[in-house]
Amino acid sequence: MIDVKCRLNGKEHTLRGHSMARLLDVIREEAKLTGTKEGCGEGECGACSVLIDGVLVDSCLVPLAQVQGAEITTIEGVAHSKHQKLQQAFIEHGGAQCGICTPGMIIASAALIDRCQGRVPNTAEVREALAGNLCRCTGYMKIIDAVQAAAKP
Amino acid sequence: MRANVSKYELVTPASLADALKLCAGGHKPFAGGTDLMVLFESGKLPPGRYVSLWGLSELRGITADDAHITLGALTTYSDVRVNAVIAKEHPNLCAAAKETGALAIQNRGTLGGNIANASPAADSPPALLVAGAEIELRSLAGTRWVAYDGFHTGYKQTLMQAGELITRVRIPRASDRVSYYRKVGTRKAQAISKVCVAASAKVKAGVLSDLRIALGSVGPVPLRCKHTEAVLVTRVIDAQAIKEARDAVQKDIAPIDDIRSTREYRLTVAQNLVAELALRFVAS
Repeated sequence: MIDVKCRLNGKEHTLRGHSMARLLDVIREEAKLTGTKEGCGEGECGACSVLIDGVLVDSCLVPLAQVQGAEITTIEGVAHSKHQKLQQAFIEHGGAQCGICTPGMIIASAALIDRCQGRVPNTAEVREALAGNLCRCTGYMKIIDAVQAAAKP
Repeated sequence: MRANVSKYELVTPASLADALKLCAGGHKPFAGGTDLMVLFESGKLPPGRYVSLWGLSELRGITADDAHITLGALTTYSDVRVNAVIAKEHPNLCAAAKETGALAIQNRGTLGGNIANASPAADSPPALLVAGAEIELRSLAGTRWVAYDGFHTGYKQTLMQAGELITRVRIPRASDRVSYYRKVGTRKAQAISKVCVAASAKVKAGVLSDLRIALGSVGPVPLRCKHTEAVLVTRVIDAQAIKEARDAVQKDIAPIDDIRSTREYRLTVAQNLVAELALRFVAS
């Protein structure tokens, strides 16, 4: 077992676990932040997306030992940030149905909006930014609409 | 989670020197985890001791001098995508990086890891073969550069010896070349290739020279297609040339039926891609 010091949603945290434990499991079971979902467990679906130092990753593919000193942002961290309006836009545009992909979609969208620095991303950019996040309900158009609406200053 | 976690250990070294000591003692390298964590999850990663390379700053960064562009082994696909020199001189390597997985994978997957993992279906190897890449291997015994063409010696087999790490990749500077990359998979993002091809050449008055074509997912290793290249250079690219190139592709590759595609589909698509790239090059 190792102790990993990091910042989790803006607060200092020590995460204890096996060096190979998946960050996904540590976030859910040690930190008790269950907003991050497990979908495929192999980097295909994006349900477990989190930000590490602001960079989008699949938390199922990151071993605990690799987040020493990192700043981790989960959906719970985004919920009370400047990206709060993403959540509202997903509701208004019908971008969420069953909800399992939604935390990952919002994390990937937040990363895109940050990269765009105030510019509204075009449809192709949103599609590329969310290409690693699978949704089985919405057909994606409503999600793309929501992201572009939330990106407007 | 189908792995017994207690049978693994992932050690974080303080420096590259420490990592090399651990490798000499039998630890296996572990970079961005985008391949190994998938195996781990499914219970297929061999149990044992691994050394985490992710934090080693010595293995990061892209630099260019007069002769080479040199990439640290931990260069991610995202790093490749935004590098202006690579985009200008080896656009097929940027294209390969862009077609690998999706953003979350590109942010974490590394060039060194992709090479060491030695999947014949990986997206960047054809572009590296075409670029004339060389690989730096380092161990406690010393450092050596090897040509990437020939680095993969068989299915999942490489020239790497016990205790060696891939530390850098370098590609020659290039100018005045045309470039082609295309990946054919089940869907545009996240798919693993059924066939992928990279090519580059010099073109003068509709005639190709120094043509290099490499294909992935069509044999036990990523392959340079030297018969096909020889057929297409220093001649007019007409219907006869394309027909001969299609025949030559059959000599160069050894596709198989597997979970992602069939031998027949792969051969046909590889031939079509070669025809497309030749016609596109002479039209440019």
